[in-house]
This record gives sequence, structure tokens and C-alpha cells, in this order.
Amino acid sequence: MQYFKNIPQALPPMIRAENINKSFGKLQVLRNVSVSLPQGRVVAVIGPNGSGKTTFIKTLLGMVVPDNGTIYVAGQSIANRHDYRGQIGYMPQIGRYPTHLKIKQLFDMMRDLRKENAPKALDEDLVVAFGLRDMFEKPLGTLSGGTKQKVSAALAFLFNPPILVLDEPTAGLDPLSSELLKEKIQREHDNGKLILITSHVMSDLDELATDVLYLQDGSVQFYSSVANLKLDTGEQKLGRAIAQIMSKTEASSKLSEAIKI
Amino acid sequence: MNKVTKYVLYDIVRNRFVMGYTLLLAAVSFSFFSFDPDPNKGLLSLLNIILMVVPLVSIIFSTIHFYNSYEFIELLSAQPLSRKSIFLSEYIGVAASLSLAFLVGVGIPTVLFEGTERGISLIISGLLLTLSFVSLAFLASVITRDKAKGMGLALVIWFYFALVYDGLVLGILFSFSDYPLEKVMLFLTALNPTDLARIMVLMKMDISALMGFTGAVFQDFFSTNYGLIIALSVLMVWVVWPVALATRIFNKKDL
Repeated sequence: MQYFKNIPQALPPMIRAENINKSFGKLQVLRNVSVSLPQGRVVAVIGPNGSGKTTFIKTLLGMVVPDNGTIYVAGQSIANRHDYRGQIGYMPQIGRYPTHLKIKQLFDMMRDLRKENAPKALDEDLVVAFGLRDMFEKPLGTLSGGTKQKVSAALAFLFNPPILVLDEPTAGLDPLSSELLKEKIQREHDNGKLILITSHVMSDLDELATDVLYLQDGSVQFYSSVANLKLDTGEQKLGRAIAQIMSKTEASSKLSEAIKI
Repeated sequence: MNKVTKYVLYDIVRNRFVMGYTLLLAAVSFSFFSFDPDPNKGLLSLLNIILMVVPLVSIIFSTIHFYNSYEFIELLSAQPLSRKSIFLSEYIGVAASLSLAFLVGVGIPTVLFEGTERGISLIISGLLLTLSFVSLAFLASVITRDKAKGMGLALVIWFYFALVYDGLVLGILFSFSDYPLEKVMLFLTALNPTDLARIMVLMKMDISALMGFTGAVFQDFFSTNYGLIIALSVLMVWVVWPVALATRIFNKKDL
């Protein structure tokens, strides 16, 4: 926990996890995860495959119910509640939608679902940037993987939520769209949102992230600001900085297979 | 809840498989009714087809649909919606579209050729059969995360109710043929939605004499309004309990 520092904690945490444990059968996926994520940060959730990143994100969204421990979103426990999800925009890693539904209908449905906590003015930046409006009448089943990814991204940002959870956002996007999405993430960061990103692309995270939350074998190895991490390690690149820290904590072998620098 | 149902329904109605199912049912219904001058016989042949095909298609299609919608269900569960309303929206969407297919494929021809009480009883029992096997499919789908296992379970359920169960009942009848089993038979019928549907239609026809003494007991019971209401209620129970149990499981399930 020596790296648990230099994160501004003046603002009340948007997301606070307290002693989260989760097992799937005999396998313990999350061990005593406790972390506070304040507003206005872009947190990169990093870890080797099977380190519990996805499970951690799913517990935030209520898709996985922790065995014990509590998660607070904007100060309220999320146990047995669903309305808090109106404050979260989620972009899944794989977007698979009903094949015969048109893009427009998917957007209509989401708007219907989030009417109560959606702002009047929708954020259609990405809809415009990705040129989705021209494809509004296309059935979702006919779209390419990348286009579905664009739809997922546009939906996550559409309701201007204070928290964004992006699971591998740039995977599958072409270079131009990937840049557009990164610009958008940057802008929302400037607007003071809390953004969680999981990704294996270290260069993307280097551009975007302010903090790193490192998970290994289901527990938090460290949570630190990127600037601090680079300063401590004397490295210029995020990937190298993390590699160095991890080798100090005797886990370099697992790390090198996870992060291909 | 209907916010999601509307779109699930829209999606499935455009599905080729469901269109094909509707056409198949319509073709079978029209041919049985038009080939045989006696609509009663047509109805009986149609009943036999329906009792096999409707449960099979309902349970298989619903199970496949559920597993294919998994990522969509995940996305919905990241929205401000309760698990229960997501699950029931999916159920109502699938059940409504298959019921629609049945109503168009079997309902319309039946009403045209045999719009009597018998025809209506066939439509109602087929409809309830659809709902109950969609319900069983949703139960099979939440029990396991693995698509192959879920499909296997769905097939086993169909196999059991369509074929194995009757064999077991026959076995009981033969082994205990010295005892009066009519009441027991009545009870055993209630444990299988397919049998319930069959009996409800058969009792509206004048063929129960073919079924011997058991048939007479059945006729006594099911031809009264009281018996019919009981049979309908038990079939409704077969619609409600699997999906109710499935909702409970889905509520606590890790997606």
C-alpha cells in the first residue's frame, strides 16, 4: 500500500468500495478490495488476465453481487438498488444487440429506459463524430464489429452520466475512430467526470489515465496517480513504470505476459 | 417493463425462424382441415402435431434466444432497471411473439374451418402450452451459463414431457392394473402440461369412449365446467411456476 498516495481526496468519492470479497465456487476472484475513486479522475484498471478486473467492474454495475462488503456510489450503498445505474454510462467489451433491431430503435429504447434520470439535452457528440445518424435505419445484426463498438460508445456517453465505465473501449476501432473516442474521453475528463477504463493497450492508457488501479489475484496491489508512479520509478512510459513496480513486488513473471510493452 | 418488451417483440417477429414456424403451422393446419371432409378428424390430426411441435419449438427457440441475448441482457442490467423487470420483459417478449405465431398459424385456420367450442379449446390449450414451454425454457436457461448445457436441459425437458412421461404412466398402469387407477391417472395427468392440453381438447370431442373406463372418469371430470376450470388453472400453474422460479434465480445470478 505504499503507493496509495497523491490522489486528491478533497472531493467526496463517487465510488467507494469497502472490503469486497467474491468467490465463484472455490475460486476467490476478489479479495478484500477497498478503494475510493474521486470525481474528476480517469482511472485505468490494470491487471493480468484473470486478476478480477472484469468482476470488479461488474460488481460496480450490480451484475455481480459481492459475497460481502459494500459499494457506495455517490454516497449511497448500491445493495438491492438499481436506480443508481442512471448515473453510470457503461460501454461493454463486446456489444451484441438484437439482430433485427435498428440503431434508431436501440437509441429510442435506451432513451425510454433512462428518461427519469437523463438530462433533457442528450450528448450526441459521438453519434455525430462516428456518423451513426446516417446508419440509423440499419439493423444492428448487419453492422461490423467496429460499428457495433461505436454504437456502444455513443450509448455510454449519450446521457451525460457523471460516471463512465469503459471496458476495452478502443479494441476493434479503426485508428481515426479510436482517436475520436479518446478525444471525447479527454473532454469528459475536463468536465470533471469519473472515468474507469480497462485496457491492455498501455499507450492509450498513458494518454488518458490520471490514476492506475492495479489488481492482481483479486486484490488491489496499488492505487496511485500516473504522475507519481512515473516519478517514483523514473520511467517515462506507463507500461514500463508498472512493470518496474510489479517486479519489485515479486510478480514480474505474471505481469510480463499480461502487458506486452 | 413494456419499454423493453416492445423492442424484444419487434426483433423476434422479424426473425426468419419464427416466420418459418408460423408458415409451417399454417400449412399443416390448412392441409389437415382441407384434406379431410370431417373437421373433427382434421382437428384430431392437428392436435397430435401440435402436441409434439409446439412444445419443441417453444422450448428450443426460447432457450437459443435467451443465450443469444446474453450480452444484451448484460447491457440492460447496467441500466437503471431491476433484474426482475429485465427478465420478465424478455419472457413476455418471447412468449408474446411465439403466441402470435401460433395464433396466426393455427388460430386463423381453426376458426375458419372449425370455429366451434372444440376448435377454441384447441387454440386455448395450444396457447397455454406455448406459454408453459417458454417458461420452462427460461428456467433451463438460468440454471446454467453454458449454452450447450442449457440446450441439452431444454431438450431433456421436452423429451420427458412429450415421450418419456407417457411411457412411465403406461408402465404404472400395467404394473398396477389390478387396482382402480382412474383417480391416480387424473392426478398424473396434472403433472404434465402436454397431457393436460391433450385431455382438454379430447374431452370436447366424442371419442372418450375409445379410452375405456378411464376415459369415462375423465369425461365425467373434465366435461363439467368445474373440471375444465381446474384443468385450465393447473395449466396456468405450469405457465407461472417455472418462470417465477427462474426470476428468483436470475435475481441473484452473477451475469
